[in-house]
Amino acid sequence: MLITCPYCGPRDVIEFSYQGDGNRARPQPASQNLDAWNAYVYDRLNPAGDHNEIWQHSGGCRAHLRVVRNTLTHEISSTTFARGDHKSAARHKAEGKS
Amino acid sequence: MAEYSAFSLLKNALTGNKDWKPAWRKPDPKASYDVIVIGGGGHGLSTAYYLAKEHGITNVAVLEKGWLGSGNVGRNTTAVRSNYLLPANTRFYEHSMKLWENLSHDLNYNVMFSQRGCLNLAHTPAQFDDLARRGNAMRHLGVDAELMTTADIARLVPALDVSGSARFPVIGGLMQRRAGTARHDAVAWGYARGADRRGVDIVENCEVTGFLRDGDRITGVTTTRGEIRAKKVALAVAGSTGRVMQLAGIDHMPIESHVLQAFVSESLKPIIDTILTFGMGHFYISQSDKGGLVYGGDLDGYNSYAQRGSLPIVDEVMSEMLALFPGLARVRMLRSWGGVCDMSMDGSPIITTGPLPGMYLNCGWCYGGFKATPASGWCFAWTIAKDEPHEFNAPFTLDRFYRGLVIDDKGQGATPRMH
Repeated sequence: MLITCPYCGPRDVIEFSYQGDGNRARPQPASQNLDAWNAYVYDRLNPAGDHNEIWQHSGGCRAHLRVVRNTLTHEISSTTFARGDHKSAARHKAEGKS
Repeated sequence: MAEYSAFSLLKNALTGNKDWKPAWRKPDPKASYDVIVIGGGGHGLSTAYYLAKEHGITNVAVLEKGWLGSGNVGRNTTAVRSNYLLPANTRFYEHSMKLWENLSHDLNYNVMFSQRGCLNLAHTPAQFDDLARRGNAMRHLGVDAELMTTADIARLVPALDVSGSARFPVIGGLMQRRAGTARHDAVAWGYARGADRRGVDIVENCEVTGFLRDGDRITGVTTTRGEIRAKKVALAVAGSTGRVMQLAGIDHMPIESHVLQAFVSESLKPIIDTILTFGMGHFYISQSDKGGLVYGGDLDGYNSYAQRGSLPIVDEVMSEMLALFPGLARVRMLRSWGGVCDMSMDGSPIITTGPLPGMYLNCGWCYGGFKATPASGWCFAWTIAKDEPHEFNAPFTLDRFYRGLVIDDKGQGATPRMH
């Protein structure tokens, strides 16, 4: 399986670490809403089909990625940075810094 | 009563083997049943068998999407053991072990249960201490366990590299002698025949497409072979738990589906007469009666409903095998395949009433469901018949995750791919 890192391009899956279901919403750290914490820690959508998930390019640029992958076919339909502020990495590259 | 015996073998041999009955009928589904069990795998079939045998509930249908035994009951590496640390798991799996020990007799069907032992290797002193702790916990609950030294292990498994120059030298191990293997297809067929002979309808090629409801209450299912009503609907669908629960309107579960691969080598003369597990990675190996080495390792590591795996894990499993058995370097792998595992958030199963009225749930087997087959069905049948859990499965609730009562044998936390 190849994952196309928006920064590094297509790379083998062994360069990436799986970080699981990307649909989960983490409550604010001060939140005392037990149901929300339980849902965040334990509940999973687990679809048979397109799955919104988080990967880290841990053997490459180390960026966290949001990947939409089909759990039946492993076809990847979208790969984006998990955080908008990774634009800074692209800018870094454009400026020619190592 | 016994359909299979030395006498019946002889009689049928002399009459050209024309009089054997099919092991189970192929009935069309009736309009309604007392109990519907969704899933014709090991757990669904054993549930139906024990519903009929232990509780006298015979108006039961087992609905199977494909053909019988096409899922994980025919895809596992056939290991049976009860070497757990936590009491809830130890009691449950030891109950299963006791059912295994009498299963061929009980079913009048040879499941080829072979108590060849299961040996977990330790490669560091801390790991050896940890195994000693687990062994003590097991013995405390009446389960057999014994620590083995490197010399003991070298005698038991001569092919194993126990030298100091091994990549991860073996310093000892924990052996459960009563552990072993069984022929997984025979388990499915034996339970199917036993359930069928007691009146259970096993309906193959019958996929559940939705649930019939009366308010919140589940009153039956819609299937590719029509509507079927039932007082009680029980789910034993393993890796498909998420999909089937979504049909019932429950989107989120403490379950992730992952693929686990298994491998078989070409046939060799007897070389390993126990089940061996590696301590410095995730690898286990045994040898089948046909001579093939049966082995496997880690999950692929990301959610998957595909019953096939990817190459990085193949590479990893092979390298782990060679770290233990350098002499197997030129043995050829014959087959590999994948099964979809319902990985729970604490590595332990769920056998419970609910979560909806009229529904019963059996899932979360991770990659250890085969050894649980008898006790899973036994406990699930009890739960369905009496609307309350037996003490063996009382800890395995669905809401334990939200109440701080997780049963996490490995101490891994809510990372299903790591259990």
